Amino acid sequence: LVDALTKSGLRGRGGAWFPTWRKWAGVAQHTDGHAVVVINASEGEPLSSKDRTLLSMRPHLVFDGAALAAETLGADDVVLYLSRGNKETETVVRQALKERIDAGVREPPVRVVHTSHRYIAGESSAVINRVSGGPSKPKFSLQRSSQKGVNDHPTLVQNTETLAHVGMIARYGSDWFRRLGTDSAPGTMLMTVCGNVRTPGVYEVDPGAQLGGVLAAAGGTTTPAGGALIGGYFGTWLPASWLPGLPLDVDTLRKTYKVALGCGVLAVLPYNGCGVVEAARIFSYLAAESAGQCGPCVNGLAAISETMDRIAVSDAVPTDVDRVQRWIAMVRDRGACHHPDGAVELLSSALTVFGDHLRLHVSGQRCFGAEGTGFPPPPPPGRGWR
Amino acid sequence: MIERPKRRLRVNPILCEGYGYCAEIVPELIGLDDWGFPIVDPRPIDGAVLEDLAERAVATCPRLALLLEQVPPGS
Repeated sequence: LVDALTKSGLRGRGGAWFPTWRKWAGVAQHTDGHAVVVINASEGEPLSSKDRTLLSMRPHLVFDGAALAAETLGADDVVLYLSRGNKETETVVRQALKERIDAGVREPPVRVVHTSHRYIAGESSAVINRVSGGPSKPKFSLQRSSQKGVNDHPTLVQNTETLAHVGMIARYGSDWFRRLGTDSAPGTMLMTVCGNVRTPGVYEVDPGAQLGGVLAAAGGTTTPAGGALIGGYFGTWLPASWLPGLPLDVDTLRKTYKVALGCGVLAVLPYNGCGVVEAARIFSYLAAESAGQCGPCVNGLAAISETMDRIAVSDAVPTDVDRVQRWIAMVRDRGACHHPDGAVELLSSALTVFGDHLRLHVSGQRCFGAEGTGFPPPPPPGRGWR
Repeated sequence: MIERPKRRLRVNPILCEGYGYCAEIVPELIGLDDWGFPIVDPRPIDGAVLEDLAERAVATCPRLALLLEQVPPGS
């Protein structure tokens, strides 16, 4: 199966787009028959609902992928890692797991581990921490989880959608899988489309298509777009003019457009919205979602957030933007996980794309977009880490 | 002559509490951010004198948050 995955070119759909075969090969290299497979369904990204939608609609496809991973990697422990508080998914999952046991499927039983719904609870080291019995906070480690993961066993932490693709590849082969998508990102991908569109929801998309096609599938925008956020809260803001023709291939986006596709969220801002205000709101949420472990993240995100809050209400001067830019550069790459990096990328793109709004905000003028509605507001920060 | 493997400083940001001794010992490799937390030069350390100071900084950290790691070949 690792060969088939290699040929298929499947890459992780959790946001990092890491080659799946390489992840599996890493675990296979260290396995001792007691490896652990974790189905990562925590989906801490507030704008994304693809994983719980998939798990609710096609649970067996996901469990097939996990069972195949367990068999291939010599895992005797399979964990479904879920955020607490989603009754619908929970019910479907319990029913599906019972069906598998009743059908006498020969595979390790799946145990469910819950976590408090936190933004970074799905980060791989946080997952391992939680599944090992600790809080869902990231850890610092010089070793890879493929070698030393859950309770020091070799561990595969794989996104829900990715495992469903594994199930499909096992069934239909890698050539079939490659019929859609691009050379570097084959297969389809799930995108959560939300904000200023007629029919928000989860869409299965060909990464070889353009963003305009996705918008059309979602019924188009209700009012003209003022821009969009792609990739979720660790993603990138886009100017409205980019929306129709933007490619969806993760590598083209990164290299040519400096855009992070992440977990495939597209949130459209209405023309009367303000990306600076929305970015400040999101940043404030992300600052509150820091695990509170690393100095640069705790202090840096708080400082940036405080300044952005003042910029958002036009109680700021141009030097405030300089300070924010300096802090953005200062916190980058300095946490145990990529929480600060993702947060400042989002903000940095907003400051670039919405430069004209920003100028109003730092010259004491009221921005016409500050009261705009239609862009999904961030949820209140989560509570607890277990 | 066999070259010694290069090393570089790494900080475990979870352990670090920003005492700042490291930046006093080897300011050539470690600066402090606006909140007193170390910004470590990620490049391989060049020269025995600096490496010596880096080792001293590692040994001085009250939180044992600073470490020297070997630079993997090819990077």
